[in-house]
Amino acid sequence: MSFPSELKYTKDHEWIRLEGDEAVVGITDFAQGELGDIVFVDINTTGEEVNKDAVFGTIEAVKTVSDLFLPIEGTVLSVNEKLDANPELVNQDPYGEGWIIRIKPKNLADAETLLSAADYEALVKS
Amino acid sequence: MLKNTALTDVHVALGAKMVPFAGFNMPVQYAGINAEHETVRNGVGVFDVSHMGEFILKGDRALDLVQKISSNDAAKLYDGKIQYAYIPNETGGIVDDFLVYRIDEKTYFLVVNASNIEKDWNWISKYNDYGVEMKNISDRTSLFAIQGPKATEAIQSLTDIDLGSMEYYTFKKGTFAGIENVLVSATGYTGAGGYEIYVDNENAVSVWEAIFKAGESVGIKPVGLGARDTLRLEMGFCLYGNDIDDSTSPIEAGLGWVTRFTKDFVNSKEIKRQKEEGVSQRLVGFQMVDRGIARHDYPIVDAEGKTIGRVTSGTQSPTLQKSIGLGYVPAAYAKEGSEIYISVRDKQLKAVVTKPPFVK
Repeated sequence: MSFPSELKYTKDHEWIRLEGDEAVVGITDFAQGELGDIVFVDINTTGEEVNKDAVFGTIEAVKTVSDLFLPIEGTVLSVNEKLDANPELVNQDPYGEGWIIRIKPKNLADAETLLSAADYEALVKS
Repeated sequence: MLKNTALTDVHVALGAKMVPFAGFNMPVQYAGINAEHETVRNGVGVFDVSHMGEFILKGDRALDLVQKISSNDAAKLYDGKIQYAYIPNETGGIVDDFLVYRIDEKTYFLVVNASNIEKDWNWISKYNDYGVEMKNISDRTSLFAIQGPKATEAIQSLTDIDLGSMEYYTFKKGTFAGIENVLVSATGYTGAGGYEIYVDNENAVSVWEAIFKAGESVGIKPVGLGARDTLRLEMGFCLYGNDIDDSTSPIEAGLGWVTRFTKDFVNSKEIKRQKEEGVSQRLVGFQMVDRGIARHDYPIVDAEGKTIGRVTSGTQSPTLQKSIGLGYVPAAYAKEGSEIYISVRDKQLKAVVTKPPFVK
């Protein structure tokens, strides 16, 4: 299980990476392992402003479905279109090719309030 | 307190994800559900299903007891033959679905669902007015299902039984992996063909290891309960607790084919009436047309959004790469090709009634 140190994390098992004044959001390696084979990522909030911790979509695995929560308030700019044909990218490369959405955060500084890699690792290993 | 099977440590060592299931600590997956599913459809996989329950009924009137509690006609059985059936309750529902093995004229071996072992035992005991000796060997019996088109090739070297000549739903006893008197049955819950092997717990680890060694050249792999569920659902097989339970009608559930009125059994008059007069709802298979995945307990609705039924099982079919499911709908919607909608959280998604098996 990996916990890249350049990312910020939530207790709901999403990660966020700031890129300029935008940010990329996905689910953690731990989360994809718990969900198992992912078969469908359903994002219905493109173009919308979404609050911190609000649901921005759902992720379906063979066995189960889980809501996706936005780590910080922002506008959903786009969805990783590769996931349409290859949802398994979330399993294979959760921090890379398996990213889920790109957002424009309302306040970039909000990301500072999230968990560090070390904090998150401690959380999932406790 | 969760029960372990004789193989729990082996599963953990294999890296299985363990989950509580029917009171047992069971492997839900090893490499991943899709990969394990594919292994069973195209190669061979092994399930530890030792949580299942096994009873032995023995006595001059053992058949009478089986006939009383079982929906199917056990008089049709012969030595070495197996029958699928259900145990009806007195109020129109189903106590369990199960397998009946005829060992000999006076000895029957019943295989029941793990979650129902105690309930079934009490139920059958209640009807034992026939002086039949009953034994519950669930706790000392391990059960492995070796499933897939390469099952025979994988394990033939372990046994003197000619596996290839066995017909579906028959069993034989023979030497298996050096153990004498092992019951091997040509059954399964996957539609992929294969065998189920009953062994005493004390031999379970050595038999498991022998199976993997023998099957190594054909790529045998362990398979968890996750893939067991997707495999059975692709075949449209009912799962007790999901699709059928204490309150579902066996006729509505489509179990008329294992219901025989050639003899009297618990609640047979009412079940016969339902079969003759017809039922108002039916358990049907469906495939999603719109993108989305139906899951247990999602409402089934009509085009106007009115609830008409509920999903009892649903998953993404690894073979079809489509969402499939089972659910109860009014008889008017039960015909193949009927359009229904599944209420998936806030959305109403189109599905079409499809006669199982979903995978031929």
